[in-house]
Amino acid sequence: MHKEFLMGNEAIALGALAAGVNLVAGYPGTPSTEVLETVAKRCGGRAYVEWSINEKAAMEVAAGAAYAGARAMVTMKQVGLNVASDPLMSLEYIGVKGGMVVLVADDPGPISSQTEQDTRTFGMFSKVPVFDPSSVSDAYEMIQEAFEVSEKYGTPVIFRATTRVDHGYEALEVRDAEEYKVCKPEGFVKDPSRWVIFPKLSVKNHALIEKRNEGLSDVFSEYPRNVIRWEKGIASEAQGEKKMEARCENGSEAGCKKGIATHGANYGYVLDSVGGLKLRVLRVATPFPFPEKLALEFLSGLEEVLCVEELDPVIERALTYVCGKYGLSVKIRGKKTGDLPLSGENTPEIVAAAIARFLQDGGAGELADKDASIGNATAGGIAEMKLPEPPALPVRPPVLCAGCPHRASFYAVKMAMKGRKTIYCGDIGCYTLGNAQPLDMCDTCLCMGAGIGIAQGVYHTEPDTKCFAFVGDSTFFASGITETINAFYNQAEMTLVILDNSTTAMTGHQPHPGTGRTVMGQVVEKVSMEKVLRAIGLTVVETVDPLDYKLSVETVKRVAEEPGVKAIIFRSPCIALTKPSGRSIVNLEKCIACGKCIRELGCPALVLGEDGKKAKIDTSLCTGCTLCEQICPVGAISGGSKNDTQTVEKTMAETNERKAFEEKKAEQGGKKDE
Amino acid sequence: MSKNIILCGVGGQGTILASRLIASAAMKKNLPIKTAETIGMAQRGGSVFSHLRMGEGANSPMIAKGEADLIIAFEPGEAVRQLPFLKKGGAVVVSSRPVMPVSAMIGKSVYDASAMITYLKEQVEHLTIVDADQAAQELHSSKTLNVVLLGAAIRSGELGLDASEIEEAMKERVPEKFWDLNLRSLAWSK
Ligand code: SF4
Ligand code: SF4
Repeated sequence: MHKEFLMGNEAIALGALAAGVNLVAGYPGTPSTEVLETVAKRCGGRAYVEWSINEKAAMEVAAGAAYAGARAMVTMKQVGLNVASDPLMSLEYIGVKGGMVVLVADDPGPISSQTEQDTRTFGMFSKVPVFDPSSVSDAYEMIQEAFEVSEKYGTPVIFRATTRVDHGYEALEVRDAEEYKVCKPEGFVKDPSRWVIFPKLSVKNHALIEKRNEGLSDVFSEYPRNVIRWEKGIASEAQGEKKMEARCENGSEAGCKKGIATHGANYGYVLDSVGGLKLRVLRVATPFPFPEKLALEFLSGLEEVLCVEELDPVIERALTYVCGKYGLSVKIRGKKTGDLPLSGENTPEIVAAAIARFLQDGGAGELADKDASIGNATAGGIAEMKLPEPPALPVRPPVLCAGCPHRASFYAVKMAMKGRKTIYCGDIGCYTLGNAQPLDMCDTCLCMGAGIGIAQGVYHTEPDTKCFAFVGDSTFFASGITETINAFYNQAEMTLVILDNSTTAMTGHQPHPGTGRTVMGQVVEKVSMEKVLRAIGLTVVETVDPLDYKLSVETVKRVAEEPGVKAIIFRSPCIALTKPSGRSIVNLEKCIACGKCIRELGCPALVLGEDGKKAKIDTSLCTGCTLCEQICPVGAISGGSKNDTQTVEKTMAETNERKAFEEKKAEQGGKKDE
Repeated sequence: MSKNIILCGVGGQGTILASRLIASAAMKKNLPIKTAETIGMAQRGGSVFSHLRMGEGANSPMIAKGEADLIIAFEPGEAVRQLPFLKKGGAVVVSSRPVMPVSAMIGKSVYDASAMITYLKEQVEHLTIVDADQAAQELHSSKTLNVVLLGAAIRSGELGLDASEIEEAMKERVPEKFWDLNLRSLAWSK
């Protein structure tokens, strides 16, 4: 064992390695991405790791490995599970041989997602057992237990963490590589009665799954991370300690009429605010199958329970069900009773305030003398901060970076289509930020790849609209290809605009099939978007550097007039992958203070100068992309240079590797021809 | 000893490295440490924060309002945004240099940074204003604002760590050729 300061996702990755994971597949998505990246970085050849093209592919790859007896993990964010739900729903009926963990990162808030869906609910729907860690160190141990449960019961299990666990950091003890479990897969054993899903097998297995889950509910009632605590100022006790010990901590359960049931990151907020109060606390680490026996024990003697939950009222519903089933008269409160917010992320103060209210209203007689201490322990801090109204705070929605090539692409299309009836369908990625003023180039955004479908629907309804679908390179590979085939086959008229910055930028620059690199650092053949599009049947496929403003505008004007489905690929690397080519500066003698550059581009590096009229460039942000230089009506800006001369230092080594790869390929190809 | 510290600023300003330095230093002292950070879309020029909880007794990395001992703000407006988290008598270290949001540049919102500084002066007794422009000029680099702010935080006495502890952590995370610049930045004050 040794100590490390780890991000929750890193701890999960190291936990999976300690559990002997053999294969990890996934698709990037905040807040899940670092799990797979860390396994790739730290596996030391112990595991096969891949970024799959989407979550469905990843789920299937992992399932195959688990069929063959390997320990497998698949990683994604919550909306990724929607993409992977098709294989997962069926996989639960088939089961696995090696342990298989489906890591899903939920995003209460949401901070960077389309939905606030709760994967605990998905577990119930799919009948897949769910683990819900509360802290970084908890997650490290729990992922290892999740593999054990999966393998023992032959079912995939969901490991669902939320942002505050995924992106929280803690200093914790982790195993050395020599202590890792070694798992040697037996290999796939043919057995059609087991691996081939048919109605007869489904109905049989359905019954078995229901039975197994009933049994698991009992098993989970004994699981030490599902814990009841009789609080008496033991807030700092290590989490996950043996349940029995925690229960003996304070035998004085008599007179305790109120309880709190909680989960995940909220468990920490609850413990931080109940120190010293006479309250019973239930932490649910496995929301499905719900630990019913433990819940009964928790409820016994209580009059009221407050469920402190984020996203769906999962525990609240389960406890209400338990009360109904066993005829208990315990009032269950939570989201459904208006005690906690129905949406959004909980914060320590939201939780503290809800607990304070819960303790103060009805039936809290014996606690009346403690009112003062409740105030201190919970909402105390808030009460003391009496700040006057501050001046108007700066409004900071996220924006495209200075020098981002997407800005140039959007601006070119906007200028080319000025005065036309258009719809700009956006998609998921950095370029969703094209919606911000002043670009205002994202009329719709739904889910991965959806923009291409939506553009078609609009065209079939309003054929006189110029329909554009903007999609990123990674998103195109993940879910844009089938949509494009649909458009072509069904005779839609639209312009597909691929914003190719040669990376999956939003989630932290992961490789994808178009980059010709894998997460393990291999150089592989690139998948060419142009070839894919032409193979579908598109005849107009044009590739342009968006930082060449004039050419870009001309290309858009010309291509948009073509019939049917046509594509423009705007290709220029993400600024995070390249070194700035220089800095542009404004010649104050020439600048006529028209404000066009600032007003129309919205580049964060373009600001008003000291005189409050003329433009100024923040050289610490400017990348010298030259877009502003090209649109200034009087040519007042200069100094940058377009990306073709940029030194791509970071990728230099890669370029050499690529050369070697191409040469080797040519050699082999040559041999084959002979 | 236990300390609750908030670092805040605008995406891209280097709050994460600063928080990492504090955490490494705390770890070296064998202090329990939990932190939470903004990662993802907000990093693209949005408001970002890190919560750090050092010492025994923290069950979660999140700091409740009114419970931070120290706020290290890389930007005046962001300091004001996080001020409700400061406990009574807590300290604020703030860079005077505003980062103008695009929305203000194109006239869709207003941002008066000097009003922020005035407000902070009125509300916070234990306030250190760091003149970032002057620091950048004297250090010949604007890249070490985070370290300059850390230095000021150490001198505020509310960080719970001393300069040598941060120095040691810095040397582990920063390439040797930048040590000198970082050491000078850590010691810089006007
Ligand atoms: S050249 Fe102009 S548009 Fe490009 S990054 Fe610099 S200021 Fe922004
Ligand atoms: S577009 Fe040119 S003239 Fe107009 S404000 Fe910008 S730099 Fe000055």
